[in-house]
Amino acid sequence: MGNPNVGKSVVFSRLTGAQVIAANYPGTTIDYSKGKMRIEGTQVEIIDAPGTYSLEPTNKAEEVAVEMLESADIVINVLDATNLERNLYLALQLLEKHIPMVIALNLADEAEHLGIQIDDQQLQKLLGVPVIRTVALSGEGIKALVSSLDKATINNNIQFTSHEGRWVEIGTIIKQVETIQHRHHSFRDRLTDLTIRPITGIPLALIIIFFAFWLVRLIGETMITYLFDPFFDTIYLPLVTALGDFLGPGLLYTILIGPYGQPIIWEQSLGLLTTGIYVPFAMVLPYIIAFYFLLSILEDSGYMPRLATLVDNIFHKLGMHGHGIISLFLGLGCNVPGALSTRTLETRKQRFISATLLAIAVPCMAQLAMVFGVLGPYGVQYIALVFFILLILYIIMGLILNKFIKGSSPEIFLEVPPYRRPSLTAILKKTWMRIKWFIKEAIPFLFLGILIINVLYFTGVLEAISNLLASSMNFLFGLPGDASLSLVVGFLRKDLAVGMLLPLGLTALQLVIAVTILTIYFPCVATFAVLLKELGVKDLIKSSIIMFATAASVGFILRILFFGLPTI
Amino acid sequence: MLINAIPLSDLPLNTHAKICCINGGKGFQHKLQVMGIQVGRTIKILSKQPFKGPLTIKVCGTHLTLGRGMAQKIMVEVIL
Repeated sequence: MGNPNVGKSVVFSRLTGAQVIAANYPGTTIDYSKGKMRIEGTQVEIIDAPGTYSLEPTNKAEEVAVEMLESADIVINVLDATNLERNLYLALQLLEKHIPMVIALNLADEAEHLGIQIDDQQLQKLLGVPVIRTVALSGEGIKALVSSLDKATINNNIQFTSHEGRWVEIGTIIKQVETIQHRHHSFRDRLTDLTIRPITGIPLALIIIFFAFWLVRLIGETMITYLFDPFFDTIYLPLVTALGDFLGPGLLYTILIGPYGQPIIWEQSLGLLTTGIYVPFAMVLPYIIAFYFLLSILEDSGYMPRLATLVDNIFHKLGMHGHGIISLFLGLGCNVPGALSTRTLETRKQRFISATLLAIAVPCMAQLAMVFGVLGPYGVQYIALVFFILLILYIIMGLILNKFIKGSSPEIFLEVPPYRRPSLTAILKKTWMRIKWFIKEAIPFLFLGILIINVLYFTGVLEAISNLLASSMNFLFGLPGDASLSLVVGFLRKDLAVGMLLPLGLTALQLVIAVTILTIYFPCVATFAVLLKELGVKDLIKSSIIMFATAASVGFILRILFFGLPTI
Repeated sequence: MLINAIPLSDLPLNTHAKICCINGGKGFQHKLQVMGIQVGRTIKILSKQPFKGPLTIKVCGTHLTLGRGMAQKIMVEVIL
């Protein structure tokens, strides 16, 4: 356990091997990492608890950290040596719990660099539990930390006391163990200043975000061209074709592969083994890998709190605060983790707005890949138009929701940690966990979606519903009647729905309208399930009505803007 | 009340000041305390976001971002 940004996860990934799993805390959707390690032949389980400043939680993640403590046999308290005074508050509270404890005095090298001298022997004497100097990034002190676990002790001299009592105690301890020498402005300080001052920070933020997305596209595309597509075309295609020949025409062929007698088109055949496998693995996964890799770098280097500071003003007007940008970013990968991350916001109002806006205006990587595929041939300006509409919508809907949703929206209050060189192992582990999570949690839903679509299609239900809606398509959205099929499918799989627009021969502007409506009007089934858990039934119904109404009105407004008023 | 005390939100950039009192409820005070904002500490503003946006301050060796409204409740005295 420890404060946020003290290097807990780096210590954790040093202690545990590759066997790390991301788990959900029972009853909630807070995820934490769990890993195993061996000490002298016995296997122990190590849990990386969410960061907290005290044992009086201020949000759900901190609550979980406090609850986890109850079941712990030994506590490893990670302290930030560069900021001992503040970190000691939690340390004292933990000691009051009388659970065997050891302390890892992390970032010891950085503290020395800053001219902070800490007498760890003296600290150990005062706190009565082992104190080990560590530099988790390089692995220094980790061995000593492991062997100290045997000596984890309880200090019975420390009894429960008040806030004031603890601060007095901390003052006495600090006086005895810490000496600080003066130091001058370092390069890192200047970088901090530049990225947080509005005049330089905003242009830098734009450059960083633009560069990050450019890299995501580059890495994703490279993986597809040189790895995924060759695999699917040269190895997988002959396999599926052979299976098709074996099956012959019939229900099974249609469901597994697609329309009989037509060549297999990966994006459009809609078979479980063709489109069902190709879209999630060869079109979406490469971008997911690239996206979460870069996001992890941005997170671990300490840039995100600066970005949150810069955008706080806008987000506050939308009823959230700067932290809302985190949900937005995560949501661009997959809406599900985006929706999960809304729990770090303090109030119900903030969480509701953040989740609703996410579902309305933030397309996930699966959709993005499809939008690029469908609109790309018509020119970048149409893709830009879709993004512009979504951005405006995000802002307008935020302003409206902020006005009408009851509840308070507290101000931003967060730590801006110093820039740190991210640890490659920690980043790879984090990225890997997120990818694994995506494969395990999101891909089954994608698969289920396509299965249901196939069944509904085969039984004629899909056609019946879309025929019902077909007549209003032109009037409302300026789209041909056939497009209704895609909109109905969009309830189950938005990305496939976008793909289904392809054979309709729509004009570029019609595509813009259809794609925009599809993005807005409903989250995918997986996101829907998470929102149900996070918001509850009542708020989810409210949220869904807002999504639906917004999609219909935006579609209609765009129709008027692009093609004029409908004629009756 | 000290005569020279001003709200933190009025403190000019890069000027050192001492926190002399924190207004607001116990919960609010505690929330600030665990992050290192305490009476007697030296504090400095690193940046102010425009249009009444949040402030980024340096206190107790750490950088923190906090809203303007919160900064108005923290009274400080400029160190000359």
